[in-house]
Amino acid sequence: MTETTTANPVHDFIAGAIADHPVVLFMKGVPEQPQCGFSAVCVQILDHLGADFVGVNVLQNDALRQGIKDFSDWPTIPQLYVKGEFVGGADIVREMFQSGELKTLLADKGLLEA
Amino acid sequence: MPIAQTDLETILREGFPDAEIAVEDLAGDGDHYKARIVSTAFAGLPRVRQHQLVYAALKGRMGGELHALALETSAPA
Repeated sequence: MTETTTANPVHDFIAGAIADHPVVLFMKGVPEQPQCGFSAVCVQILDHLGADFVGVNVLQNDALRQGIKDFSDWPTIPQLYVKGEFVGGADIVREMFQSGELKTLLADKGLLEA
Repeated sequence: MPIAQTDLETILREGFPDAEIAVEDLAGDGDHYKARIVSTAFAGLPRVRQHQLVYAALKGRMGGELHALALETSAPA
């Protein structure tokens, strides 16, 4: 992932969001009301782990919905970022949760309450 | 815009000629699939890169023609 300053306001918004918040889930809908099953699963997992995260609803804006796909070179939503790094989509988040890797990742970065 | 299971299998085989590939139509609607791909191409790569290789092989169909493709990728043990 290369993140250089661009003239692309959507990419700047995304770069800002993942720089400002340690855990960001780009999703369809909002955490309180996901509008896609894959997004809902990711929200449930993060809630279950007790991770404090920010949900960004990509359905609010078509440029954002496309922009996040280009930014991450990833064709689907949801997308999880931790400390500015792309962790993966719904399958990877689920696999990492089941194997315990996600909890370890978040704990190692000090993002879970002890 | 659904895609036939055999077409999906053909595309994946072209992308990963050496791989063991199993495709499952999860909902029976040609729009929600699960693919298990075991290929040497994935050796040593993080999962994000493994899935990106699959998406690249699908040449832009993911998120378009293909709404949902659950992926399980790994290198041969």
